[in-house]
Amino acid sequence: MAGQPIRKPTRLEPWQDAGQTPYVRIEKVTKTFGDFVAVDEVSLSIYRNEFFALLGGSGSGKTTLLRMLAGFEQPTEGKIYIDGVDMAGIPPYERPVNMMFQSYALFPHMTVEQNVAFGLKQDGVAKAEIRDRVTEMLGMVQLSAFGKRRPHQLSGGQRQRVALARSLVKRPKLLLLDEPLGALDKKLRERTQFELVNIQEKLGVTFIVVTHDQEEAMTMSSRIAVMNHGVIAQVGTPTEIYEYPHNRFVAEFIGSINMFDGRVVSTEGDQVLVASEEAGCELLIAHATPAPAGSPVSVAIRPEKIALSKEPLPDGDGRNRTTGIVREIAYLGDVSIYLVQLPTGKTVRVTAPNITRRTEMPITWEDEVTLTWRPFAGVVLTQ
Amino acid sequence: MRTVVSVLVSGLSRIGLWGRGVVVAIPYLWLLLFFMVPFLIVFGISFSESIIAQPPYSSLVEWLTDEDAGTSKLQILLNISNYFRLGGDDLYILAYLNSLRIAAVTTLMCLAIGYPMAYAIAKADPARRGPLMMLVILPFWTSFLIRIYAWIGILKGNGVISNLLEWAGITSGPVEILYSDWAVYIGMTYCYLPFMVLPLYSTLEKMDPSLLEAAADLGSRPFKSFLSITLPLSLPGIIAGSLLVFIPAVGEFVTPELLGGPDTLMIGRVLWNEFFANRDWPVASAVAIALLLVLVVPIMIFQHVQGKQAEAGR
Repeated sequence: MAGQPIRKPTRLEPWQDAGQTPYVRIEKVTKTFGDFVAVDEVSLSIYRNEFFALLGGSGSGKTTLLRMLAGFEQPTEGKIYIDGVDMAGIPPYERPVNMMFQSYALFPHMTVEQNVAFGLKQDGVAKAEIRDRVTEMLGMVQLSAFGKRRPHQLSGGQRQRVALARSLVKRPKLLLLDEPLGALDKKLRERTQFELVNIQEKLGVTFIVVTHDQEEAMTMSSRIAVMNHGVIAQVGTPTEIYEYPHNRFVAEFIGSINMFDGRVVSTEGDQVLVASEEAGCELLIAHATPAPAGSPVSVAIRPEKIALSKEPLPDGDGRNRTTGIVREIAYLGDVSIYLVQLPTGKTVRVTAPNITRRTEMPITWEDEVTLTWRPFAGVVLTQ
Repeated sequence: MRTVVSVLVSGLSRIGLWGRGVVVAIPYLWLLLFFMVPFLIVFGISFSESIIAQPPYSSLVEWLTDEDAGTSKLQILLNISNYFRLGGDDLYILAYLNSLRIAAVTTLMCLAIGYPMAYAIAKADPARRGPLMMLVILPFWTSFLIRIYAWIGILKGNGVISNLLEWAGITSGPVEILYSDWAVYIGMTYCYLPFMVLPLYSTLEKMDPSLLEAAADLGSRPFKSFLSITLPLSLPGIIAGSLLVFIPAVGEFVTPELLGGPDTLMIGRVLWNEFFANRDWPVASAVAIALLLVLVVPIMIFQHVQGKQAEAGR
């Protein structure tokens, strides 16, 4: 489900370094439209050269936040600093920021070249330099042969690249991208994800991307802020967000997950033991935040972290192990999804790679199977 | 069974085609009967000679029989002197030029007032746009003549404007705006303004607001964005509105007759005089045909531009 991060493991993590000053600082920003609170006291720090994703469903406030950074909306309360400068009252045309629009917003009466040159013209750049920089930009997005065309003569993917070239030609320190890949088909989207990351690394621009596509956010970004109803549910690297969700919303929004409600039995060090009627067994979770005994919690376990077995397993302590009947199998080629019904009625989702060919697959419908997982698989959610 | 169905289907589709043909044919037939035929009659009269008779023009076609020679001849006489008269007499040329000038000034005034209006309405809250457009069209609900008569009361010496200026102490004594070219400009601008606002509004309202945001984002100040984005994109609306005002304004008769002075010479008045005062139908017809030619050129330009626009917008 989750794409592999395509960044090198040796990437910078400026948010870990206390000495770094953030390039963009959002301080307790609230935006209301009438009675509707679109963004609710959001605070964020985004560092130079980050590829930062604002991830959320529609109405989560992610686009409003982006539009406030661009200057199209003014915060009702709170402050936005870009490169240390308070952005209050600074109009879009005076901000050191460029934006790539979801609709691309290409000027229909101008050619591709004129579209890309527009921003430079506003700054009064010399004609010869404009020509050079436009040529360079179109070369970078592989549209050199299309300079004289009008936007309506281009395909969706080409338009997307013109919009990108136009927003990068002024060499902004910060580029805002509103659903940059939303209008592309799946294959093109995957290819463009890599292109975007390459361009971002090559030019050393800070990218803030708004997206509703978690896979897109996981693949491209250095950090993700998951937004829900105008508040930030969690900020972290793709791995942190996926493996250590802070709350139910994040756990359920990113990928699929199994939730078992239960009560804490005991806490030993960072190991928490939870009794769950729903799961039909005791759950032992390693590396969990301690919780008082008796408090209600949810234990979240990713489908790929559960193993299925048809053969009886040697008896253990009965923890992290339950049985059920396979009700549904979805064959996706590389993996299969199994929906296993526990005696308690709870359905558990399990994904397993198809290591052997499907025709030889040992587990089939209505088989009784044992589900097991390791203490590191689960996450305890108190909210 | 199958063939029956396919015959039925093809029969139905044929009726469908035929039905579509009828829908198109009826309005065209109407135009043929009430525009093309009268136009051809007028066109014919413009080549005849004025005579004192009923009707007051000569017939173009005559059947001549020579009893002695025993021959019969079909004689078609085309009198082109009517058109030469138009070119030779200053009155006509002046009237044409005057009409074009007054129509052009009216068009520019409508554009100057109508563009900001249409822009403001298009930028207004969506719920308010309907009522605002309704207000633009509202004057059409009262008679055109009554509205022009009302302007007489406003523009005349000791009229509303004159008294207002006097009361404010700007002028002493009555100011007579009525019976001048300015009265005609004001009256015609007032009459034709909705024709300018409607097409302008429809193009401005369709414009994607994110284009202006993109321009601002790229460093363009609001006024510059207006010049480089809004204005060029609203060009089809400007052209459509201008033609809707210009074309009827050239041939306008009532407004200049009621509000204009004796020296406000427009082609509509010349036409009226030739028809009703001089009873010279052939010359009047030639005036009308020439007027049509003057108007066909801008229409052709408009069609050309629109065709290009449609191609570009595809």
